[in-house]
Amino acid sequence: MALEMMMSGPDYMRDPRKHQFSPYANNGGTSVAIAGDDFVMIASDTRLSRGFNIFSREQDKVFPLTPKTMMASSGCWADVLTLNKVLQARLTMYSHEHHDMMSTTAVAQLLSTMLYWRRFFPYYVSNILAGIDEEGKGVVYHYDPVGHMEKLTFSATGESVSQIQPLLDNQIGGLNMLGVKPPTMTKDLARQLIHDAFVSAAERDINTGDGIIIHTITKDGKTEETVKLRRD
Amino acid sequence: MLFRNQYDNDVTVWSPQGRLHQVEYAMEAVKQGSATVGVKSSSHAVLVALKRASSELAAHQKKIMPIDKHIAVSISGLTADARVLSRFMRTECLNEQFAHNQALSLNKLMERVGAKMQIATQRYDKRPYGVGLLLAGFDEDGPHIYQTCPSANYYDCQAMAIGARSQSARTYLERHLDEFRSSTREELIRHALRALRDTLPNDVELTNKNCSIAIVGKGEDLSIYDDDDVNPYLEGLDQEERRGGAGGARDAQPPAAPTAAAEEDDAASAPPPPPTDEQPQGDSMETD
Repeated sequence: MALEMMMSGPDYMRDPRKHQFSPYANNGGTSVAIAGDDFVMIASDTRLSRGFNIFSREQDKVFPLTPKTMMASSGCWADVLTLNKVLQARLTMYSHEHHDMMSTTAVAQLLSTMLYWRRFFPYYVSNILAGIDEEGKGVVYHYDPVGHMEKLTFSATGESVSQIQPLLDNQIGGLNMLGVKPPTMTKDLARQLIHDAFVSAAERDINTGDGIIIHTITKDGKTEETVKLRRD
Repeated sequence: MLFRNQYDNDVTVWSPQGRLHQVEYAMEAVKQGSATVGVKSSSHAVLVALKRASSELAAHQKKIMPIDKHIAVSISGLTADARVLSRFMRTECLNEQFAHNQALSLNKLMERVGAKMQIATQRYDKRPYGVGLLLAGFDEDGPHIYQTCPSANYYDCQAMAIGARSQSARTYLERHLDEFRSSTREELIRHALRALRDTLPNDVELTNKNCSIAIVGKGEDLSIYDDDDVNPYLEGLDQEERRGGAGGARDAQPPAAPTAAAEEDDAASAPPPPPTDEQPQGDSMETD
């Protein structure tokens, strides 16, 4: 544990007697996605950082893939950008060969496969995929850096996952409460939960803040909303 | 011509007249494919193609293939060869986007396609690509129409037609050449369709089954229209006079745009060119 911290942690925690190049950097970022019966909402904070330094307060971390699918990625920003570029190329190739755009479930599986191909030099990226499936329902997929994939109705990922995920479990999943039924998910409820979750995370986690961009996808299209967060 | 069959077995053998007969034979395959027309204005590039069905049971073969958001290609000749070249062009465009974050410009793409096709004209273990391509694209230099041949030559064109009976279409295009530059989007498509129509025998019409349209231009990503999407562009076309004679008998429909009526008068008053039939009419199973 101490050795790992010395090798890959911030410079004040590294052994000053040794030089070690790490191919990875942690640029922070947190994402949340919530699915409803006919919509899905996906949001990321807009702070790009490294250690105690802020690179940008306005970095959108949610990438559109198809008219029905979006992906939020955080972690090592270089890997985020490359992963997205390769995925875009794969999406184009698929649409040329199949004369149709990729479905959300197909993209989800492709992303999992692509991540596992790099099992022994991973993309240091935490992904959430959100989209409308073939039946018109909202769906959320959660990934780890090597492609483990879970289909869910709500999920958080990134730096503040420890703060946000339990909140969502309790409020949307009805977990850890007695005799309480989980609510039916609406756009307003999802927006409110996302907003409150990020505001709370920004209070306690130094890596989360500046703002969030909330994207909503329905079968009719996409909308976007920006919310300010504390900048400290 | 007398010694043609002595020097035509191998693409690496010159004839005494300084010709590569294998390449010329490959160009014959292009003439067997059904017609396709490309034309550009100052803002748009359009392709229209006649789709052929090998029998009544089969679907009409797709003629226009998207390459990227700003490029489409229409084929005449060996479809399989066309697919190989299309796949090559697509990967070139993808790589340009991935590595340089920009759309591949047409002139760069044509150089690469030309280089690839030329290899097949100089190796003993290959044969020339038996397909002619019409490319329509829009890049930083505006709209483009390019033609390629099995000889690996490529030509930058204002307008072009290739395939069976395409001479009639080229005659139409030559006659109306000065009108294309300032044509609107709809007028341009109409011109291309009229040129394509001139390649058809008198009793055959353009329908939404046998016709494909592709258009790309300023502020407009590539769109390819098939089946019902073609209907608005074909409206009223069969009422217009062709070079050869009367059109089909259908209820009179008003033309799509008011300016189309002005074009109609021009086309009707011009003397019809003599019908040219280079190829016997008939289906060819291999080439589309």
